[in-house]
Parts: sequence; C-alpha cells; structure tokens
Amino acid sequence: MKFTWFNLMPWPYLPDDFREKHRSVWVDIPSTLYDPRKGHEVYHTYLDQLEYAESLGFDGIGCNEHHQNGYGLMPSPNLIAAALARRTSRAALCVIGNSIVGYNPPIRVAEEFAMLDVISGGRLIAGFPVGTPMDTNFCYGQIPALTRDKYREAHEMIMKAWASDEPFAFDGKYNQLRWVNCWPKPIQKPHPPIYIPGGGSIETWDFCLDYDYNYSYLSFFGYLRGKSLLDGYWERVAKRGKDDSPYRAAFAQIICVADTDAEAEALYAEHCLYFFNRCLHVFPPFADPPGYRTMATVKYGALSQLTQARQKILENLTWKQLVDERFVIAGSPETVRQQLEECIKGLRIGHLFCLFHNGNMPDWKTRHSSKLFAEKVMPHLRDLWPEWKHDERWWMHPMDERVRPEERRPGAEKPRAEWKR
Amino acid sequence: MKWHTVETKKGTRCRVLEGGSGAPVVFLHSAGGLLRDNSFLDQLAQRYSVFAPEWPGYGESTGEELLEDMLDFALHGWDLVDALGLRQPHLVGHSMGGMIAAEMACLAPRDLGKLVLVGAAGLWMDEHPIPDIFAMLPHQIAEVLFADPQQGQALLTGGADLSDMEALKDFYVASQRRLAMAGKILFPIPNRRLSKRLYRLTAETLVLWGAADRLIVPAYAERWKALIPNARVQTIDGAGHMLPYEQPEAFVRTVGSFLG
Repeated sequence: MKFTWFNLMPWPYLPDDFREKHRSVWVDIPSTLYDPRKGHEVYHTYLDQLEYAESLGFDGIGCNEHHQNGYGLMPSPNLIAAALARRTSRAALCVIGNSIVGYNPPIRVAEEFAMLDVISGGRLIAGFPVGTPMDTNFCYGQIPALTRDKYREAHEMIMKAWASDEPFAFDGKYNQLRWVNCWPKPIQKPHPPIYIPGGGSIETWDFCLDYDYNYSYLSFFGYLRGKSLLDGYWERVAKRGKDDSPYRAAFAQIICVADTDAEAEALYAEHCLYFFNRCLHVFPPFADPPGYRTMATVKYGALSQLTQARQKILENLTWKQLVDERFVIAGSPETVRQQLEECIKGLRIGHLFCLFHNGNMPDWKTRHSSKLFAEKVMPHLRDLWPEWKHDERWWMHPMDERVRPEERRPGAEKPRAEWKR
Repeated sequence: MKWHTVETKKGTRCRVLEGGSGAPVVFLHSAGGLLRDNSFLDQLAQRYSVFAPEWPGYGESTGEELLEDMLDFALHGWDLVDALGLRQPHLVGHSMGGMIAAEMACLAPRDLGKLVLVGAAGLWMDEHPIPDIFAMLPHQIAEVLFADPQQGQALLTGGADLSDMEALKDFYVASQRRLAMAGKILFPIPNRRLSKRLYRLTAETLVLWGAADRLIVPAYAERWKALIPNARVQTIDGAGHMLPYEQPEAFVRTVGSFLG
C-alpha cells in the first residue's frame, strides 16, 4: 500500500451562518470572506503539515486544483508543489492535478510538470483531471459539451510533447502550435506516473485503461458509497482483459485517529462537520451544467446525478452519521485500522489519499491524528497486497542520487571553486 | 401542422414542423426547444408556409456532434433552408434562434426575405448582464423567462407529470441534451461577436421584444436597432422572454403586419 497525505487547503474562517447566508462555497462565494493577511499564516501552516507528513513516513504528499473555492485554496497546485519540492526530498509529489482543459496552451502543463519533476529529482505524480464543472466550466468558462473533446486534445498535446525528441507542429481543433518543443523534459521516462481523478463518468474508466493510467476516485462520501463505483471500474478492467493490480486505483478518505473512539469525536467532530456543512455547500446547478457529462453517463446515472439529492444528504449531518456511514473513518488506531482494511480490500485500491486536515481543524490536531496514524495504523496496512508487492507501475521513479535541498543552506558556505570561473 | 424529417447535406437529421401556405417563413426556436403548446405557429400558418425545424440535439433531431461553433450553427441553418427547398424565406428567430438567424443573415444577406428577431440572444452589454441560464434551479428558469412564471412553468413542462419518476427522468435527460447543444453558442456568455458582422445585414429587420423580459432585458432591443442598418423595434406588453408563447395573438399580428 502507498499512503499519500493530502491537504485540500480549506479556508478555516467561513462564518457559522455560511450555509444560511450564501448559496455556494464555490464559484460565486463572496471574496470578501477571504482575508489575505490571515491567508499568509494558513498557507504556511498547510505547507508545514505536508512537509511534516513526509517526516512521518508517508509515501506521498498531495495537492490539487480548485478555483473560486472556499475549501480549496490552490488555484495553482504547481506553486504548492514547487514549494514542497524545495523542502522535501523523499515523498512523491502528487499533483492531482492540473485541469488541463483550462490551460492555454496546454503545453504549459507539460512544461510546469517537467519543471516539478526535474526540481524534485523525479518525484512527480501527474494528475490530469477533466476538472469539476465548477472549476472548468463556471470559473474557467469552458463550454460544457466540448470539455471532454478539448480534454482529449490537451492530453494528446502534453503526452506528445513529453515523448517527442523533435519539435513538431500540433494542428488541433482547439490549439494550434507550429513549434511544440517541451523544454525542459521530465526526468521520469517515458513520463511521470499519470493519475486520472474521476467522479462517476464511465468514459473515464476506458480512458484510464486505454493508456494504463491510475484511476483515482476522489469522493468525500466515504468508501461505502464509493464501492459500487469502484466495482463498476473493476468490472470494466476485467472486461478489457487488464490485470487487476490494486495500484490501478486510488481512493480519497477522510481519516481521524485518536487514542479512543470517544476522544476522536471530542477532538475532530466539529471540524469534520465544518467541512461537510460549510465546505461542501455547493449551489447544485454549478455541479451539473448540461453537456459536462456525456449523454451515456447522464442516462446511466440519470436521477442520481441530480445533485440536489446529493446536497440533501449533506443537510443535518451528525457525527454519528458521518462515522456510521463511513464518510469519515474515525476512532482509535484499532478502529481506524479495521475500517481502513475493509475500505482498501473492499475497493481494491493500492493508493490511499488520506485526508487528515479537515475543515477548520487546528494544526496540532491535524498533526496528532497524522502521527498516530503513521505510527499505529499505517504499519499494519502496508502489506495488504503481498502478491503485488513489486508492482511499481503507478509510482514515482526518482533519481537515486538527488539533491537534498532542505540540507543545503545557500550563503552559509564559501562559493564553490567551480562557480568562480 | 405536420412533422417531417429532412436530412441536410452535412448529415444531420432534423424534424421540421410544417404547415400552411404562402410566403415561406422559417421559425428558429429558443434554447429550450419548441414547447408543446405552440399555437402561434398554427396562427402564422394561416398566412404563410411555416417551417419550424427542431435543432440537432432537440427532440428527435440528431447530428448534434456535427455542430460545434457559431459558424457550424449558422451554416446548418442555411443547410436546412436548402434541404427544405426554400428560396429567400423570411427568418423568424426566437432568443437563441434569433442569434442563429442574425448570423445566417450576416453570412448570406441576399438569401433571405425579412428578418424578425424575437428577444434575440447574441449581444452582451456589461451594464445589463444576462442571467446565467446554465446556473439556475428549475423554478428560477421560469421566473426569468415568463412575465407570469406560474403559467410559464406549465408551458415549460408541457403537461408532463414530473411527480412520476420516469417522466422526470425523461424530462431531465432531454433537457440536459438540449442545453448541452445550446451551450456551444451560449456558454459562458451568449456573445460570439455578432456585433462585428451586423453591418452586413440588408434585410428589413423587426426587433421584437417582450416588455417584461427579465432574461434579456428590453435595453437589448435598442442595441440591436443601433447595430442593424435597417431595423425597427416593437415591444409587446404582458410578455416576457417567451413572448411567442405568452402572447401568441399579439405576436402573430405584429409579425404578420411586418412581413406583409
């Protein structure tokens, strides 16, 4: 098993009456609710936590991209990853990912990801989400019905740019570049591992299998609700005649560890409820612009896609419900271990994106929970897939001899001889 | 009025509601499609040969994947005129249909008779931002579309019983398909730079507006008039954006006296 410590970077100062006063945490959230002076501290706390996670032995540290969003303060995840690349040296940098439809031209993603891979010594995991409709369509103005077509084209350009050793012309429908020539190139060959974060679009499964990319189901609704979707994915894997390595799939799960189950509630309940009640308060039409989902997916899910139903689930949630229905895996190390084993085996996943910081959780609680997990839970879950122990197809392949930037202190030593020429 | 299906040279298959006799009039529907209660077409058909095509992506018309941008849409309009064997028809376009009709007229100004733009989309004024129809709850849509939202809601659902899950599902799927198509020229802002081309219009143009239009407010009528060389504006009381459905008699009377 690979464990990645993930921070969504929520804004922790949403007012108590946020739900009543505002229709959405995303897209048209009043920007007056953001205070850049407080934001300074918030960013540094979150970055510190990601660095701390590496020191605890997590395999990866992760970030993602959202726009105009009160629970995701990373319009540019690459900036966060760049900061992490300089202060860490072992963990994979999981950027899950860049919503490539919104980059103009998409070669920008090939370049920035290559920079991150080079700076980090080959530690990048590159995510290519289609992007949520909130981000891609409502914030970044992409036409819903053409989003997937444009995504395919952007993906083609990026992969070709990484693969090609010669400049080439790219005559796309949405992007025309006479000279594509990615410079620099990534360290990892033929390219960094690619993760495709998906919601419930069935087309995404085939896309992942066409290219042997990792399928990451990023849901905040827990593994019980994720099961039917992952079952569908694995059915598709079998139908396509692919091996069933659990490393083909990743899942995101909110986790809270304390000494006892009761203490978990006392420590973490209010912060998880903050997350579910305020951070996931999205105006339903923003989640479902016509054309974003293909007709096949609309018909497949039809009414379950009506996000009003989803929003309904989020009203009046209690801690008991969050825990009983496994939105949140919370409790003593033993409780968390048991439930996570069920989650990992049930979903058949090799990668777990662990969400320890939730909502407005203070730093010390986040660290406490992460540390207990790293010391008392993670070791027991490491070898759940012994038969796939050596399957590294969906993990980073860094350089052996790499710079340890956190150990270098520029200016503290005399200039090296070779600099003097 | 009867439904026929025509195939365009490009390969779309479109259902067309046809009827009447007289000078040919092509009616292009709005982003929501032709509503079921469209008595204004019957009334128009008493004086004209009326052709009301369903756009690809609407109802039984197919081939939506062949149309991606404004040029595709406008050429498809002319492909339909060809497939129907019409010469110099009058074009009457409502909302999104008005945007398409205006674009058609800019491309081929000598190929039409007169032009009627009814609450037409296609322009943008910063001082009058058009509400985002792609970010609305169902009841909010009726509120911006109709002078009388309650009556409008019934017109929108066309009498379907939405407490029935199957009916609701069908309605949802069809509505997603329609607006996915409309989004290709209306999302995120319904402006594909028509204003740069309107100087080309030679057709006599009537800009017709519902006085209570809350989606594209009547100030837009004046903007169209300012941009089109030979246009006049007429406003109809007691109607919102869905004017032809809300005030069919007044609509037909006004269009009839303009077309002659």
